[in-house]
Amino acid sequence: MTLRVSLLGLSGALMLAATAMVFLYAPTDAVLGVSQRIFYVHVPLALVGFLAFAVVAVCSVGYLWKGSERMDNTAYAAAEIGVLFTSLMLITGMLWAKPAWGVWWSWSPQLTTSLILWFLYAAYLMLRAYAPPGETAARYAAVLGIIGFIDVPIVYMAARWWRDLHPNKVLGPLAEDSALEPSMLLTFLVSMLAFIALFSWLMVERTTLREQEIQVERLRYAHE
Amino acid sequence: MSAERPRVLTTGAPKTGLLAPVVAVLWKDLLLESRTREIVTPILVFSLLVIVIFNFVLDPNPRLVSSVAPGALWVAFTFAGLLGLNRTFALEKERGGMEGLLLTPAGRDLLYFGKMLGAFLFMLVVEAIMLPAFSAVFNLPLVEPGLWLVVVLATFGFAAVGTAFSAMAVNTRAREILLPVLFFPVAAPVIIAAAEATRAVYAGDAFADYSQWIQLIAVYDVIFTVVAAATFEFIVSE
Repeated sequence: MTLRVSLLGLSGALMLAATAMVFLYAPTDAVLGVSQRIFYVHVPLALVGFLAFAVVAVCSVGYLWKGSERMDNTAYAAAEIGVLFTSLMLITGMLWAKPAWGVWWSWSPQLTTSLILWFLYAAYLMLRAYAPPGETAARYAAVLGIIGFIDVPIVYMAARWWRDLHPNKVLGPLAEDSALEPSMLLTFLVSMLAFIALFSWLMVERTTLREQEIQVERLRYAHE
Repeated sequence: MSAERPRVLTTGAPKTGLLAPVVAVLWKDLLLESRTREIVTPILVFSLLVIVIFNFVLDPNPRLVSSVAPGALWVAFTFAGLLGLNRTFALEKERGGMEGLLLTPAGRDLLYFGKMLGAFLFMLVVEAIMLPAFSAVFNLPLVEPGLWLVVVLATFGFAAVGTAFSAMAVNTRAREILLPVLFFPVAAPVIIAAAEATRAVYAGDAFADYSQWIQLIAVYDVIFTVVAAATFEFIVSE
């Protein structure tokens, strides 16, 4: 209880601080203008999304190794939150791409890989929903959690080479990644911390909820 | 291991040795297919139809053929492969064959290799017939060893991950739709690489120009064969 409340408080406070810094403290980007401020949301979403999928992979290995239900619940929660964060990352990315590049979408290696990543873990959630409930779904999901995570670097590799052959000409100012201003870096770090705190809070909430769901399920079977 | 292996097979399959279960499962699937023709024939007709449809919807301008044909070929191959993979465990499921396989003392990884090689061979047979037909209707060269290598390696990659997913999907609700949803994102690198290598072949590029794609598919094949074989016991355990 206290962990949940303190994580909620921490992520709320950090979110407020990050929002204030994004709009009041960080300078407007010289080239991209105001639209660059979405960077402080978009990039943390992406990084925390990847972190979530790494958690899925580690917990999947752990589940197949030890068979502990706890690991499986953690993997499930991380996958759901990862899909949520990746969806938001894709949406904020498209919103940013339109003013920055003039198009909503470009098949750059990062975008291609992110999209495949989203499909992979959407499939993971579907597999869990459609597989026979209980231990079977957990085993199937764990195998996909491992296969999916190994697939990501190969997708990135393929997308990068593919991109070399079919260059998109829309990439504008973002192409060259210059170092961030110190004030921009600070804003980014605070925002990053805020999203990590939010992720941790959601993880704790979702895992607890999942444990309760399983308990209800068991009680109902016991009752019948 | 002194346990008697079930002698359900008539001829041909060696009954001893480390790889005996692989050969036995593969032999069983080949024998079944030779008697039922439930996989190769319908998929072959389906794939030929896909190629015909592509001819209708694409611009038949000869100058454009070499740029659109690789896409048509790999869409046809991946869809054909998917249909074959859907059938890989369908019979095992419908007639309780999976229980029989699991009752044998064979390692689950060996069962995986047996099923995977079967799926691989069925896809390869379909592709071996489709490729000449495809080359004929699109008026493209057929005798391209580089392309054959791409086809064989990519098909192996499809079978490697597809067999694992097929064994899962067969036990789920909405199995026919779940298999492609699982399969396509994971197979994306192979599809990209195979289509690009095919494009290079039809453009007349030297082998060295597209060998990186072949390497990518080969690495993918090795990684996912190992991972799928290692995790197969968790998919089929009851």
